[in-house]
Amino acid sequence: MSTEMATNCCTQPTEVNAERTRSTATYSPAVDIVESANELTVYADMPGVRPEDVEIQFENGTLTIRGNVADRQDEGTRFLRREYGVGDYYRTFQVSEVVDAGGISADYADGVLTLHLPKVAQARPRRIEVKGK
Amino acid sequence: MLATRFNRWNSVHGFRNEVDRLFTDVFGQAPAAALAGRVGAYPALNIWEDAESIHLEAELPGLTLNDIEVVVDDNDLTIKGSRQAPKGEGVGYHRRERGVGSFSRTVRLPVAIDADKVSATLNSGVLLVTLPKAPEARPRKIEVKASKS
Repeated sequence: MSTEMATNCCTQPTEVNAERTRSTATYSPAVDIVESANELTVYADMPGVRPEDVEIQFENGTLTIRGNVADRQDEGTRFLRREYGVGDYYRTFQVSEVVDAGGISADYADGVLTLHLPKVAQARPRRIEVKGK
Repeated sequence: MLATRFNRWNSVHGFRNEVDRLFTDVFGQAPAAALAGRVGAYPALNIWEDAESIHLEAELPGLTLNDIEVVVDDNDLTIKGSRQAPKGEGVGYHRRERGVGSFSRTVRLPVAIDADKVSATLNSGVLLVTLPKAPEARPRKIEVKASKS
């Protein structure tokens, strides 16, 4: 009868001391990185961003994602409870060279940024045909 | 993680159903303790008020309208939902931080609200619930009349 109920199922982003020119805080989004036969897929929790405010850079094997978040409340808001801050997102990853940089695609829906990093052809699993006599 | 039907009486059965109380200090600012939040509770909530309503915001990335339930019961507001893992076959995880599973969190609101007028929107993973205060809970302007002397 006792089913494990995860009241803390999901992680909140952690604040990072990224150098910033804006005065808002910067957060490191929680990510899942999944490898399948043909690609690496990165899922990043980045709620409250507009798709046009997401920046993705891939350079020399380093993947950088940034999201600019507009303030959602005014300065003078009377908070009763304030458990998280609203701020920009920033995170970098080292990605191995098996990624075909030209084929990277991204989409953003429901607050999640999904990055598809296809593997270069040589890195994909290849089926070797065994010929018999 | 199993997604189970969750009801507010689960505390009787030993489930962790956290009921939070809201509090402000005399000057209307959230005291430092409230800023820290409560460790482990999901989702984190920001709650503020104006003259007409209480507003509650939570970040729920990866969830659609079907995954979330918002329930108002007397003065308790409950947000519950569940998230599945991304679908894929033969996949291996290099990193797994986002978590899957079910959650439920209940807060007790500090003033009476008009339950029929509660509205909620979900936009880019941000849930915003607007709870209009009950008429008797709204600030009322008292007219000061000059007294005859």
